[in-house]
Amino acid sequence: MSVVLQAKNLNKYFYEPEKFHVLRNVSFEINKGQFVSIVGKSGCGKSTLLYLLSTMDTNYEGEIEINQTLLTGKSQNELAKFRNQHIGFVFQFHFLLPEFTALKNVMIPAEKTGLYSKSECEDRAYEKLKWLDMDKFATKLSSKLSGGQQQRVAIARALVNDPTIIMGDEPTGNLDSANTQIVFDILNDLSHNKGQTIIAVTHDPEFAANTDRIIEMKDGEIVNNTIKHEVAS
Amino acid sequence: MAGNVNFEIAKTHLLAKPRQTLIAMLGVTFGIGMYILMISFMQGFNEFLEDTLLSSTPDVRIYNDIKTDFSHSILDEVSDTSKTWNIVHHPKPKDITPNIKNSSRIITDLKNDARVQAVSPQLSTQVFYVNGPVQINGSLNGVDVLQEAQLTGLNEKMKTGRIENLLTIDNGILMGHGLAQKLNVSVGDIVTLASPKGTSMRFRVVGTFQFGIGSLDNIKCYVNLAKVQQLLGKDNQYVTEISIKLKNYDAATEMAAELAKRYDYKADDWKTTNASAMVSILIRNVMTFVVSFTLLVVAGFGIYNIMSMTIQNKLKDIAILKAQGFSSQDIRQIFLTESVTIGVLGALTGLVLGFILSSMVYNLPFPKNDFISITHFPVVFHTKHYLFGLAFGIITTFIAGLMPSVKAGKVDPVAILRG
Repeated sequence: MSVVLQAKNLNKYFYEPEKFHVLRNVSFEINKGQFVSIVGKSGCGKSTLLYLLSTMDTNYEGEIEINQTLLTGKSQNELAKFRNQHIGFVFQFHFLLPEFTALKNVMIPAEKTGLYSKSECEDRAYEKLKWLDMDKFATKLSSKLSGGQQQRVAIARALVNDPTIIMGDEPTGNLDSANTQIVFDILNDLSHNKGQTIIAVTHDPEFAANTDRIIEMKDGEIVNNTIKHEVAS
Repeated sequence: MAGNVNFEIAKTHLLAKPRQTLIAMLGVTFGIGMYILMISFMQGFNEFLEDTLLSSTPDVRIYNDIKTDFSHSILDEVSDTSKTWNIVHHPKPKDITPNIKNSSRIITDLKNDARVQAVSPQLSTQVFYVNGPVQINGSLNGVDVLQEAQLTGLNEKMKTGRIENLLTIDNGILMGHGLAQKLNVSVGDIVTLASPKGTSMRFRVVGTFQFGIGSLDNIKCYVNLAKVQQLLGKDNQYVTEISIKLKNYDAATEMAAELAKRYDYKADDWKTTNASAMVSILIRNVMTFVVSFTLLVVAGFGIYNIMSMTIQNKLKDIAILKAQGFSSQDIRQIFLTESVTIGVLGALTGLVLGFILSSMVYNLPFPKNDFISITHFPVVFHTKHYLFGLAFGIITTFIAGLMPSVKAGKVDPVAILRG
């Protein structure tokens, strides 16, 4: 069982409007292929934790390692490159670039890596869209798609570089129950059949209950860390 | 590869809002267009004026500068100033003749100088032109007309008659076109000239000339040198001024200083003679640059505004691009590319607009007036103006785009994505 993410003694403070200890000595490990949900009440620090793990927020104490790479202390440019290749994001809102087609939205992170030719990028993007059953909308402008479709394109975008971890900030928070089910099934399928590691912050107890592992937080500390399903292999 | 993505995103942004892009571009277009128009027209006018002035003033003129010097009195010679004060009330200057002594030697000397192309001795005086009841004062120049023609191109400025008539007809006079009109005389008519000394002579008009400058055409006449000497009752060596045309007129300033020293007379180059005109040329140049600069700065603010707004509207896009691994430099590059593209396109269309407007002005008839005789507005088309306009347009938009782009690069994705 290989560890893909390791957080050691994470401490984080907010200074505005007054000093506030958001995360208190948070430590945990996540294994490859786990589908983890982070739950807790508003303000418990779960989103803050996710953004620390995402490497976008670098103002913290403690250490974060992803894929045996120590990320704490790296420069912004190094982190940007790392995010590009190792982390995929799915947010509550799709955050697709409205001027671009669905296909182009998925292609952009692949092109950014500089590893593939343009046609390779297009093939990869198209393959991911097809897997999510979105290939028929590939040439549509992303702003012309429905909410559920947009979220699926966003997932395809998160997947395009075959990231080590997919991070979700309430990935179903803005969807109706039918679309929530679709998105959950996609993520679940990714995790169980493709060995994709997923960390998702969620408010939805049903969503959380169906994941492999729940990290429950309260007042900046982990109060419950249950692993329900051990991932085989 | 990665750079290509940035350019592609910039291109998509520009094309997604064509109207906004066009408006930002038009700001630069008008700025550069107006700059080209103004500089072409102003420069054209300056060059026209310089040409006209150059042809009507000699490169160097040597003359006797009469100073009324009251600091020194003849009384000081006889009464010792170390013991007493000499106070003279209402002093009068001593009577001096304003001519150049030993003029023939100076002229011969100048003619042997390799740098000199033509030398024209002159005797000028104030006169009254009288035709019946009409009396107009003006200046009379006694010249060797063939030499003078070499200096001023007088033969090309003739409106009626020929300069050679002056040599063949006794008591002939070449008259400024404006003056002839005021006196209501034309070729063949007789006009009476009265000198300040009280003498008068009758001349027959044998030609009229037009330099295109009212201040010359309305007061000036040419006659043979000997006739003015006769009118003033002077000998045939009496000249007040020697005009010189040089082979290279840029050397006039040093040459003037040298001649002044050599002959101990005042010598002015054409720049000094036309000092007021040179100042007005300078002022026009400064004005042109100030106005053009203002136009471009305004266009720059337009771009700054639009880029700031665009970035404000695209905060989410910037955040997600950063989350996906675009660095601050990438974001800066995207938005800087957009503003520089607007700048380059705007500047290029501005050059075209400027060229079209300048051509239109060039073809406009110039309103007729007494002071300047040209048929069309003077406009020049210099490549350097266009290159400068292009460079200035691009630099302005680069600077205008730089500040919002740097700001875009600094966007904190966490703050935006958390909502």
